[in-house]
Amino acid sequence: MPVNKTTAATPLQPRRRAIIIGSAQGLGAAMARRLAREGYLLGLADRNGELLGKVCAEINQAGGPGQARAYVHDVTNTEEVPALLQKIMADLGGLDAFIYVAGILLPTTPTTYEFDKDRKMMEVNALGALAWYNLVAPIFQALHSGTIVGVSSVAADRGRLGNPGYNASKAALDTYLEALRNRLTRHGVHVLTVKPGYMDTDMLKGVERPFLVASPDKAAEDIWNAMRRRKQTIYTLGAWGLIMLIIKHIPSLIFRRLSF
Amino acid sequence: MTNLTLPYERLTYLENFGHSLKAASYLYHPTSVDEIESIFKFARQNGLKVTVRGAGRSYNDAALNGAGIVMNLTRMNKIIDWNPKTGLVTAEPGLTLENLWHVVLPDSWWPPVVSGTMSTTLGGCLGMNIHGKNNFRMGPIGEHVTEFTALLPTGAQVTCSPTRNGDLFHSMISGMGMLGVFTSITLQMKKIESGFLEVHAFAVPDLKTHLQAILENAPVCDYTVGWLDTTAGGSGLGRGQIHAAKYLHEANDPEMKKGLQVQNQTLPATMFGVFPKSIIHYFMAPFTFNLGFWGVNTAKYVASLRDETYRQSHAAFHFLLDYVPNWELAFGELIQYQSFIPKETAEDAWREILTISQKRGMPSHLGVTKRHRPDKFLLTHAVDGFSLALDFKVTRGNRAKMLVMLQEFDKIVLDAGGRFYFAKNSETSPESAAKFLGAETVARFKALKQRTDPNNLLESDLYRRVFAV
Repeated sequence: MPVNKTTAATPLQPRRRAIIIGSAQGLGAAMARRLAREGYLLGLADRNGELLGKVCAEINQAGGPGQARAYVHDVTNTEEVPALLQKIMADLGGLDAFIYVAGILLPTTPTTYEFDKDRKMMEVNALGALAWYNLVAPIFQALHSGTIVGVSSVAADRGRLGNPGYNASKAALDTYLEALRNRLTRHGVHVLTVKPGYMDTDMLKGVERPFLVASPDKAAEDIWNAMRRRKQTIYTLGAWGLIMLIIKHIPSLIFRRLSF
Repeated sequence: MTNLTLPYERLTYLENFGHSLKAASYLYHPTSVDEIESIFKFARQNGLKVTVRGAGRSYNDAALNGAGIVMNLTRMNKIIDWNPKTGLVTAEPGLTLENLWHVVLPDSWWPPVVSGTMSTTLGGCLGMNIHGKNNFRMGPIGEHVTEFTALLPTGAQVTCSPTRNGDLFHSMISGMGMLGVFTSITLQMKKIESGFLEVHAFAVPDLKTHLQAILENAPVCDYTVGWLDTTAGGSGLGRGQIHAAKYLHEANDPEMKKGLQVQNQTLPATMFGVFPKSIIHYFMAPFTFNLGFWGVNTAKYVASLRDETYRQSHAAFHFLLDYVPNWELAFGELIQYQSFIPKETAEDAWREILTISQKRGMPSHLGVTKRHRPDKFLLTHAVDGFSLALDFKVTRGNRAKMLVMLQEFDKIVLDAGGRFYFAKNSETSPESAAKFLGAETVARFKALKQRTDPNNLLESDLYRRVFAV
């Protein structure tokens, strides 16, 4: 059933529509709640169907049945993306924003080397995103409209000794988003790169977070504001921008001897 | 599979007439019945819904279909046959009223029913079963259709007339394009002797007089339309100006031949002889706020106080909406709220509606009144009474307030036994629609749809909204 009555847009009840990949918990779930408050119709995808169902139920309780719809999807299953995108778009009746939040950080130590972990992070953090972007980009390009959001990381700015695979996966995504922006800005499409620092989510459970920790709600608020203002790259919290500016300029001569 | 199977390069944002809604759709411009059939087939294979679109002059979501297929039929606009002896014209559904009257006028014929703009297509006119300023006399356009052929989503081609497939005839006309696609339409034109109308314009000081004047003039005139000053309150509430027009006959029109030439019907390209009309809407924009609406309406009323009788061409009398091209752009986002109310209850209902809109600080900037009579079409909007069309400018700040107000209006109209028109109102809820249509009509329409379109291939944003699909 494509569009039910709660998804009908009228001049006095305009509706925008967004897809959020990786929205069962953490930042993705916070983004879903934030956009729901703005009246967005949401297509929410995640591999964890149970948690995703709870997020949807919570949103629909406040916003009416049909405001959020759940789609169980593992981003490493790139084969199913085209059919899924078409289905979600038909269900929502259109698409104004596409947000890729899915990401994993598999802990390692400065002395271990595990290809399986690196590959998994590449698949979830980078390749999964590319599978979606390659389909969403031409749609927005044809419409001369739309917002594409990708959640990169401060980890994309410098390769550090702690987790090369994570750094590389986020750097790949980061550079891809920049290239996408350079392709799409001329077609009226907005591409936003989000670089969170420390965040209070399960991803960093057990990781020491000494300072500047963002709550998912705060980060979601920052992202929503950046979407509205058509910002290109934001750090959340904002102070991470200054910190990374300094870190980016540490000469390799020194950086390669540091222990963080 | 890592690529999209849908033709995303066809995705286009389409708008309603008031520029207050947009929806992205896969846009097709079929030029033949075969192409329409193959679009149906493609839609069926890909699980997409199809909406038929003509000129896109509906004020609401009638020709929009978010994330589905929109078939724009304006390239199927040929006149298949024109018989100047009988006045019967057969044409493809994409033919506009403009191209139609250009052909029939020189032979002393005129379309029996026309809308306020000549951009509309025959298919759209039938789908919505449009009415004109002569609804009380000539009924809706459907009453002048002698026959049509249509392609149903089942693949069947049907021919319908009032006597052949009569149930389909009376439901596809008024059926919002949800039962099938018109492929050819035969219409009976109205014989005229002159290209001009004699128009009598006079002021009416309040709502009671206004409706009374329409009621009295309608039986003796060919066309009647009222302009209502929506900003006047108190004892002047409902004041306005009536335009009552009659066909001129050969005996009293010395310029008969001249009037029947297309170039003498066309609207002037400049206003006051100087301003190119294509830019007028920029100068209107500064007046599109409450005080400006009041100023313009009051000035118009004062100007109307002098009784006038004059001659006007058919085109100039009917196609007011075409007088200033793109006038709707001056308003940014525009909606229309039109209610059809029986003559016994109309005055009280509209008194309440006009008072509420003024009190809430959201007066309409334009009010138009007409006289109507019931018809036999299934999803009819007509009543034995009047209609009042109110235009409203939508702004970022007034949406929520206006929605509440229009919901109150709906209740007032329904309590007064009124109806709504599916080409106009954009906020009609499924509950309101079910109430004025009646459960039996809704059930009959759904049964017909089940017959002509069992897979629900034809769906528009309008259909999904008012039928709660």
